[in-house]
Amino acid sequence: MDIVVKNVTKRYGTQKAVDDISFTVRTGEVLGFLGPNGAGKTTTMKAITCFISPDEGELSVGGFSARDNPEEIKKNIGYLAETNPLYQEMAVLDYLRFVAELHGIPAGEIKARILEMVNTCGLEGEKHKKIGELSKGYKQRVGLAQALIHDPAVLILDEPTAGLDPNQIVEIRELIKNIGKEKTVILSSHILAEVEATCDRIVIIHKGKIVADGTAGELRKRAQGHEVLKVSIEGATDANSVFNDLQKLETVAIVDPLNFSTFTFEVQSKDAQSSRKSIFGLCVAKGWYLTELTAIETKLEDIFRELTRKN
Amino acid sequence: MRQIWIIAKRELSAFFDSLIAYIMIVLFLAFSGLFTWILGASIFFINQANLQVFFGVSYWTLFIFIPALTMRLIAEETRSGTLELLLTKPVNDWQVVAGKFLSTFILIVITLMLTLPYYFTIWKLGPVDHGAIWSGYLGLLLISASYISIGIFASSISQNQIVSILTALFIGIFFQLIFGALASASSGFMSSVFNYLSIQTHFDSISRGVIDSKDLIYFFSLIFLGLAASEIAVAKRNIVDK
Repeated sequence: MDIVVKNVTKRYGTQKAVDDISFTVRTGEVLGFLGPNGAGKTTTMKAITCFISPDEGELSVGGFSARDNPEEIKKNIGYLAETNPLYQEMAVLDYLRFVAELHGIPAGEIKARILEMVNTCGLEGEKHKKIGELSKGYKQRVGLAQALIHDPAVLILDEPTAGLDPNQIVEIRELIKNIGKEKTVILSSHILAEVEATCDRIVIIHKGKIVADGTAGELRKRAQGHEVLKVSIEGATDANSVFNDLQKLETVAIVDPLNFSTFTFEVQSKDAQSSRKSIFGLCVAKGWYLTELTAIETKLEDIFRELTRKN
Repeated sequence: MRQIWIIAKRELSAFFDSLIAYIMIVLFLAFSGLFTWILGASIFFINQANLQVFFGVSYWTLFIFIPALTMRLIAEETRSGTLELLLTKPVNDWQVVAGKFLSTFILIVITLMLTLPYYFTIWKLGPVDHGAIWSGYLGLLLISASYISIGIFASSISQNQIVSILTALFIGIFFQLIFGALASASSGFMSSVFNYLSIQTHFDSISRGVIDSKDLIYFFSLIFLGLAASEIAVAKRNIVDK
């Protein structure tokens, strides 16, 4: 099912939590939703799950409009909320049964479906415990189980790995990747590496507006039109003169000394130019030798920070 | 309808799992038993085979206990966020409110059914007006339903359970006592207005065995108003959150 968000605005009082945002998620796509706290991620997700209704704009899931047909949308969405609210006094199995019944799963199938969820989410050892007795990681898995139990076409996951230990994070990520193959998934996170690893596309939202929309590769290319190299040279006597010589190169735009004592520099080339050859040539001419010549890829972190720092 | 029942079932299990149900039943039976059979104007004291004493005691014990049952119904779910999750499932505000109402009502029915031994006892002791007994129970069910709906409303407008129970008692006392008092204190048209608003009037009328449409309309209006107001409060909360 496709998710289409068109010109959606949502105000809380006078403040616009979400300001005229538009994006689409295609069937089978995993979208990473990034943004600083308070950017509007959770508000957007709540609007898609039909918990709140936008003040302006259109939202549709699988062709159903959020305004006219929220019940149809709710049948097809699994939602893992940021706070993962659960009934603490209920046993895991009882809770999953409750959710299964609410979703209208036929009585004969419920038992099988619950066991399937327990297996998929690794809840085998905890299924008889009360939810309040579980650790955060297992509570998160219960949250995921209730989001998946009715096999929805769409999954909305708000910070699914928040608070988990590194082992659990890897497991949940694998789970999401497997599930994501046939479902439409929106996943929000602060962990940029995670978004890059699990998502096909990334949307960055800042102060209620979308500031980036594309694959990780596209975002990098857009942010970094220039080649950046990390250069370490040995055999030279004066770091300052190396610095100056590098700057004088035809293809070089900026040279940034990283460490004078080890003669390490960051060399940014001019637009669409590469300086590898000229640096190599310079070293040969001066009798220096290169100990390091590596490309520095703009990290997603840096793109994120740049996009969300400006006003 | 099915969704309402699923929610009611869960809520009822929660009442029993948390022991609230057991405590409520035991306390209610203790108070009822004490004041019906042992203390004060008990059946043995009055020497009549009817349950008027019991109905009179229950009029007050239900008034006090029901807000305690309803106080967490919506307030706790709003505070913990489970209401938010619930409403992203194929369930609407009305079904949530109705489900919680139904579960509490069933609990009261169970509690009242546990007092049937009183009925069988006086049946053995002397001449019983069976109609009066049944209409007495009907009266109790109707005032229970009314207080449940007021209690749910009080729970829907706050995230704090203490505020909930106090609000429910505050609203309830008007219907329970104040309107009746105002009716006695005034005269003419105002007096009959207050008289009609007082739950005591309608309870007395029904317990006497007179099932007048006037009284039924009163109760059903009160119940419906409480639940409708609760639904509106729940719907508005969607937008206020975070």
